[in-house]
Amino acid sequence: MQTDVLRSAAAAAPRLGLRPGAGGAARPRRTGRLRRNPLPALVLALFAVFFVLPVLWLLLAATKTDDQLVHANPLSFGSWHALRVNWDALTAYQGDAIFQWLGNSAVYASIALAITLCVAVPAGYALAMTEFRGRRTLLVATLVVMLMPNATLVVPLFLEINAVHLIGSMWSIILPYAFYPFGVYLTYIYFSTALPRELLDAARLDGCSEFGVFRRVALPLAAPVVALVGFFSFVANWTNYYLPYVMLPQSNQFPVQVGLGTLLDSVPQFNPTAGSLEVQRPELALATLLAITPVLIVFLFAQRFLVSGMLAGATKD
Amino acid sequence: MSSQATHARRSQAPARRALGPARAGHGFVAAYTVLLIAFGIVPTGYAVYFAFTNAGGRFTGLSNFSTALDDFRFGPAVGHVAFYLLCWLVSLVVFVVGLALLLHRMAAGGVSRVLRFLYYVPGALAGAASVMVWLFVLDPTVSPAAFLLRGLGYHTFGQVIAPGHLPILFTLVAFWTGAGGWIVVMYGALNNISPDVLEAARIDGAGAWQTAWRIQIPLLRKWIVYMVILAFAGGTQLFVEPQLLSQASVGVAGRDYSLNQLAYDFAFQNNDVNTAAAISVELLLVGLVVAGVFVARSGFFDAD
Repeated sequence: MQTDVLRSAAAAAPRLGLRPGAGGAARPRRTGRLRRNPLPALVLALFAVFFVLPVLWLLLAATKTDDQLVHANPLSFGSWHALRVNWDALTAYQGDAIFQWLGNSAVYASIALAITLCVAVPAGYALAMTEFRGRRTLLVATLVVMLMPNATLVVPLFLEINAVHLIGSMWSIILPYAFYPFGVYLTYIYFSTALPRELLDAARLDGCSEFGVFRRVALPLAAPVVALVGFFSFVANWTNYYLPYVMLPQSNQFPVQVGLGTLLDSVPQFNPTAGSLEVQRPELALATLLAITPVLIVFLFAQRFLVSGMLAGATKD
Repeated sequence: MSSQATHARRSQAPARRALGPARAGHGFVAAYTVLLIAFGIVPTGYAVYFAFTNAGGRFTGLSNFSTALDDFRFGPAVGHVAFYLLCWLVSLVVFVVGLALLLHRMAAGGVSRVLRFLYYVPGALAGAASVMVWLFVLDPTVSPAAFLLRGLGYHTFGQVIAPGHLPILFTLVAFWTGAGGWIVVMYGALNNISPDVLEAARIDGAGAWQTAWRIQIPLLRKWIVYMVILAFAGGTQLFVEPQLLSQASVGVAGRDYSLNQLAYDFAFQNNDVNTAAAISVELLLVGLVVAGVFVARSGFFDAD
């Protein structure tokens, strides 16, 4: 599953970035070779097309009629009018269903995010900065669960949630989302490499309680890692498909990812048995765009640390 | 902060930690531990319980496992996932490492940054959105790459999603959404290689190929192993791609394609949660073993 890949890619990166003094600042400058041998540049450009073309097509598809989608140039702009028509048709589908799904996604992802931050940051702090019985066990358990793909536990979670009669409740996905061992790991790495222990000791000498040390010293310094954990948690929860697909049977509870599946079922080109509620392909494209917009926005804001800031210890771009 | 300072502090750490109040530590991890037990350990235990019992709750040994094994869809599903994994892992290693090396060597700072971001952007479409996009891209009537599909001799969506093509198609989708993140990671790892080492190699007369093959790739090995392990574990869980594809092709392609789909169908179509649990336990075991071995053996997480 791609979310796992994304998540795990990130799992690796902070080890580079949050380690102080890792690597060299100077990067080899070999730009000159670009002119001598055009092949590498060509390969890089081809892959850029591969990665970007589908996204670009998706943006343009939302501005076309179904007829234009088939007959016009795939990379041409349709018209604002067609976009408007698609928008109206999409929002009319099952009476504002798309907004309901987007709202659901926002509610699920943000409540889970809030719980994750409240739970994971203190836990990562304690694992890094304090000693207690069971600390090592907890750390190893965290690492193992973190490396396991999150789809592994979906059916077992269903059995558990079903036993406590929470199927169909939004907590059936919010609580499993809120359990985010990767966030704990990130915070653990951050505190153990970036927070000087002496600072905590000084605060203790000044009479701070243990909670006070965390609240007044560690937490204000944790902003970068809070942002990082928040980013990954939000993206992972927003893009999760399997868990809500299993846990939430009612359409009005779907997050937008599962909603896209419902829309897909109503597109006659993909499902010839689709009934009267048919959805045109450009509307599906528009819905897909709406579904990814929050993540894209978060990506743009996070661009710096995603591409280099996260690896700030290694590069000084 | 220099790395020496970090090391010095680390080596003092145990002594200082012992002074730290233990009760506070427990307080900080309490909420997390509750979640870990509730959504990590209990479901695992529950799945194991279901896997070894029948609908009436009586112990049945391995019979659920043999029911799953005897199911006509089980063998093919294992084969599908295995072949998909092969394609996915090979393409990931070859192209991610290759592109990271090229980016590191060729592109000037700004260009490289932009390219890395562009490669990363499809990550925003993880999940159902990527499948939607690729349903369109693979449909010759609307695809922006229609000329390519027609050139390969495919004129309808049905021809493109022929069963034999699916591992390649799922690889494309997974690579499209996932590779960018790994390229960023590999690029970062490449940046961590000391420029002195590369400089020395250059003075010794090593060309681009030799430097990559003899110095950079060996130094990346740890990261490549990490990527392969995680991609392997993730790949065994294939679900959303075949599930949506089977919807889009009215069950012609992708139905009961992967093990997770099979578990889903046992649980929700056949009302046989015990067999579903047996399949889940097998998948869990793969995930646990892979993760456990990696944590124990790789030295990746020896920060502690």
